[in-house]
Amino acid sequence: MAIKSKKKLVENIIHGVFLVLGLVTVGCVLLITVYLIVSGIPAIREIGLIDFLFGKEWASTAAEPKYGILPFILTSIYGTAGAIVIGVPIGFFTAVYLAKQAPTKFKAVMESAISLLAGIPSVVYGFVGMMVLVPGIRKVFNVPDGASLLAAIIVLAVMILPSIIKVSMTALEAVPKEYEDASLALGATPVETYFRVSVPAAKSGIATAVVLGVGRAIGEAMAVMMVSGNAANMPSLFQSVRFLTTAVSSEMAYSSGLQQQALFSIALVLFLFIMLINATLNFFLKGQKEGT
Amino acid sequence: MKNMKKLIYFVLIATLLLGALAGCAEKGGSVSTDGSTSMEKVIGALGEAFEKNNKNVTFTYNPTGSGSGIKAVLEGRCDIGLSSRSLKEAEKADGLIETVLAYDGIAIIVNPANSVADLTLEQIAEIYTGKITNWNEVGGKDEAIVLIGREAGSGTRDGFESITDTKDACQYRQELTSTGDVITTVASNPNAIGYASLASVKDSVKAISVGGVAPSEATVKDGSYAVQRPFVLVTKKDTKLSATAQKFFDYITSAAANQIITSSGVVPAK
Repeated sequence: MAIKSKKKLVENIIHGVFLVLGLVTVGCVLLITVYLIVSGIPAIREIGLIDFLFGKEWASTAAEPKYGILPFILTSIYGTAGAIVIGVPIGFFTAVYLAKQAPTKFKAVMESAISLLAGIPSVVYGFVGMMVLVPGIRKVFNVPDGASLLAAIIVLAVMILPSIIKVSMTALEAVPKEYEDASLALGATPVETYFRVSVPAAKSGIATAVVLGVGRAIGEAMAVMMVSGNAANMPSLFQSVRFLTTAVSSEMAYSSGLQQQALFSIALVLFLFIMLINATLNFFLKGQKEGT
Repeated sequence: MKNMKKLIYFVLIATLLLGALAGCAEKGGSVSTDGSTSMEKVIGALGEAFEKNNKNVTFTYNPTGSGSGIKAVLEGRCDIGLSSRSLKEAEKADGLIETVLAYDGIAIIVNPANSVADLTLEQIAEIYTGKITNWNEVGGKDEAIVLIGREAGSGTRDGFESITDTKDACQYRQELTSTGDVITTVASNPNAIGYASLASVKDSVKAISVGGVAPSEATVKDGSYAVQRPFVLVTKKDTKLSATAQKFFDYITSAAANQIITSSGVVPAK
């Protein structure tokens, strides 16, 4: 009896330890959420929600400061959309090729190259972009300066490739071979089979890949800060622009007072964007589970 | 085998903990500084020399920016704040005092390929406010001028804009977050103009003269070079520095430190 209760006690203690460790993660999320909301709301109240979200001018240290973040919001949306427009087709076709057609050895080489691409720190992307891409854009398009929305879009497009390729590949590889065999037996060519059978069967997985890409692109700060020029302009392809992320990181170091509070409010807006993307992601993941 | 592994982990963790405790118990005192990124070079050299002369003291410098440094002193998070601008009246009213350590010239830099070698302070102001947009208006090639600056709140930007009287009026093409970024960007674009701390200007860019006076230590010191600003040590009026911090403060403001300050490319105040 005594042994049994001792055993139970140990069980309970271990159970408790695991629970506490598990709660650390939840605690962190809660802490960040609460902190962002508490520190982000005051500035929005002071500036006014409409002026803050739809104001076209940002001049945080001016004698009469203006805190309009519409340029940042639009830049983040345009930048992410641009990265998706360029990155998704490349990533998608690469995934189809690797999952269905590529020879095994080539596939192995490609897969490790893609993993490597995923592991490169964002500051390195930014640095290469700054040294190669920015002067390149200036020369190719004959504009005064190459640090622009376009440069950021290209860098982001490359950065989201690994997650798009990997997740799409997993989804495509999970399509039951019987589906494809049936299609081939009916006389469809391999390419017809991939696009009419495999891809539709893996569509929720591919959608997940795209949403992951959106998440990575919208949250990236370091790399885009180094190539986008950081002036608070309304977005235009060859203009220097500032993203939601870079708006926070570029001014945080020296900020004070309402300016700092406004930066927290920008972080809050960014946080809401990410939440929205996560909700979308969950929606697709759920669809994936029910689909297969 | 399993026990062995456990033992190793235990020993590792124990060492780490002991290490941490030992860190707390260290004798000799410490001095912490926090603030202006422009002052990194000079304060780093001074800190190094101070550590060398005094055994067992630790010197830390946190490159956060002038604003953050001033805030850190006010909140007691560091001993000495570093600011690359004079204190504002409001900051002095909060009980802070400033001691000028050195003067820093802000160099106006262009790409080495640019033929323009001299601008007046008015021309620089007109370029940055967008009144002059082409290099041919100031004697250069027929190319658009690309304005490179620093982010809002930067000490260098504040210094440049207050000296040229262009506050809140600069039409920056790029707002970069460090002196190094500004130099790299100007070095890679033949039509760019930027500003950076004189101490950090490298050969990859050309520092132009202002009103006929080339930026140099001598011209900054005698005041003939117009674009310059103070490097300030910020302390609290009614809080005494720790013994070590006071020693450091006395050392860097003494004549003994002048040589180090000079070799960091800025001009000592004394």
